[in-house]
Amino acid sequence: MIEIERATKRYGGRPVVEGFSLNIVEGEFCVLIGPSGCGKSTLLRMINRLVPIDEGAIRIGGRDIRDIPAEALRRRIGYAIQSTGLFPHWTVADNVATVPRLLGWPPARIRERVEELLRMLRLDPDGFRTRYPQQLSGGEQQRVGVARALAADPELLLMDEPFAALDPINRDRLQDELVRIHRLTKKTILFVTHDIEEALRLATRMAVMDRGRLVQEGRPIEILERPADDFVRDFVGRQGLGLKLLSVRRVGDRLRRGETAEGEPVPLDAPLREAFSAMAQRRTDRLPVADAEGRPVGVIALADLVR
Amino acid sequence: MTGRPHRALASPLLWVGLFFLALLLRMDELRPLLRRAFPQAHPAIYQRASFPALFLSHLELVVAASLSAGLVGVALAIFVTRRAGEDFRGIVNALAAVGQTFPPVAVLAVAVPVVGFGPLPTVIALFLYGLLPIVENAIAGLEGVPAAVREAARGMGFSERAILVQVDLPLAAPVMLAGLRTSVTIGIGTATIGSTVGAVTLGTPIFDGLAGNNLAFIAEGAVLTALFAILTDMLFARLELRLRRGIG
Repeated sequence: MIEIERATKRYGGRPVVEGFSLNIVEGEFCVLIGPSGCGKSTLLRMINRLVPIDEGAIRIGGRDIRDIPAEALRRRIGYAIQSTGLFPHWTVADNVATVPRLLGWPPARIRERVEELLRMLRLDPDGFRTRYPQQLSGGEQQRVGVARALAADPELLLMDEPFAALDPINRDRLQDELVRIHRLTKKTILFVTHDIEEALRLATRMAVMDRGRLVQEGRPIEILERPADDFVRDFVGRQGLGLKLLSVRRVGDRLRRGETAEGEPVPLDAPLREAFSAMAQRRTDRLPVADAEGRPVGVIALADLVR
Repeated sequence: MTGRPHRALASPLLWVGLFFLALLLRMDELRPLLRRAFPQAHPAIYQRASFPALFLSHLELVVAASLSAGLVGVALAIFVTRRAGEDFRGIVNALAAVGQTFPPVAVLAVAVPVVGFGPLPTVIALFLYGLLPIVENAIAGLEGVPAAVREAARGMGFSERAILVQVDLPLAAPVMLAGLRTSVTIGIGTATIGSTVGAVTLGTPIFDGLAGNNLAFIAEGAVLTALFAILTDMLFARLELRLRRGIG
């Protein structure tokens, strides 16, 4: 889907992104994580050509992005940023309709699509369509921002710390929404953050970046279990590492099939952290597990969590 | 508007407007009053041209000057806030500032030998005098557009032109309008001196009154000019409010 090959960007001779290579497979939720100023936003903005690339190449679907006119390229890529950048003089509906309108969709199709997206982001269309951004809460604004990024059904979604300015409750909710939307739409997402908890929660793939370079890349659990160096080890956090591991491993990985237990079942794809929390709350060391259809499939036990 | 009829009646705009219109059209009715106030003045009401005609001519001068200053000023502001023109920012600011520092009387004196008597020298003087507030406000308005909004617009595939037309100009409009308001209001007062070089304005009775020692003429011209300026300022205030409400 996206191939980044030795991409380099310098400002005044100082490299901000240096020889960065990464392949992102279609349908992947890739989280690019690193400390502030490590060049992750710059890299993101190189992909939609807001920042011109100095050396190396970036290809989307096999085509070098420099061969695609910048405006056409950007209309194919959803873009959401921390401060939302919603147009204050346009209604919610007009904001969401931005890219479809640029692409010249017929009005009826645009209206339908806006409706669909507002529903997807759990914003009641009748209540929100005609409101202006400054009449919305921060969380609602960011929902509109995400809806706008998804509007023209882009093949790729770039998100630059979209939830960083939200309060923890709204951030949690929007992270859940985004995971749901990702499963639903199978979009390729490249998401930038400096928050390790957020990264672990969202990523199917993680890329850790430091001083313009790629330090490690892999599945979240690989990064937690086998950090490539001290930087990554520090960054993912020595403290609370066990809990982080519990949040990337799934109940299904430790399931005892065929056994049964009493009580409300936990879902098969829930993180172990959730099972651990439920055990502590219910003062039990065994929980029943159910699959997506709610059928009992087995049991998870306290001892399995630390295996 | 809401369904409250007294809201329109409570607006000062309505009453100032009516007062201005009444004076403009029915100054004759005040003849006894003016006779008493200015016993030396003969006649007590300016006769050489009707007040509506003076007003319309005055209005034309101001509209011509402000429209051209508005177009040129906004165009210059757009130019110096684009990447291609940012180097010219200093020059444009300096030129506009010089335009306003130059006394309009001096501009008239210089313009008359070049373009002759009549309305043109006045339009030139008003244009130069009114350019600075327009340019300054237009630049401030364009620079006040939030960077994140422009970034998002670019990132979604707006062309530079589309950003200007659909984002920059609508968002800068209230601040630009404030500049135009200052410029036009000052222009209305300043236009009166155009009457010294052949322009017909509400200043004409003032200068005739000065020449003929007729205080009534001076008062008539001065009051009408002042009301014209106040009324225009109020209209702009209302327009600005409406624009800002649209943006929120």
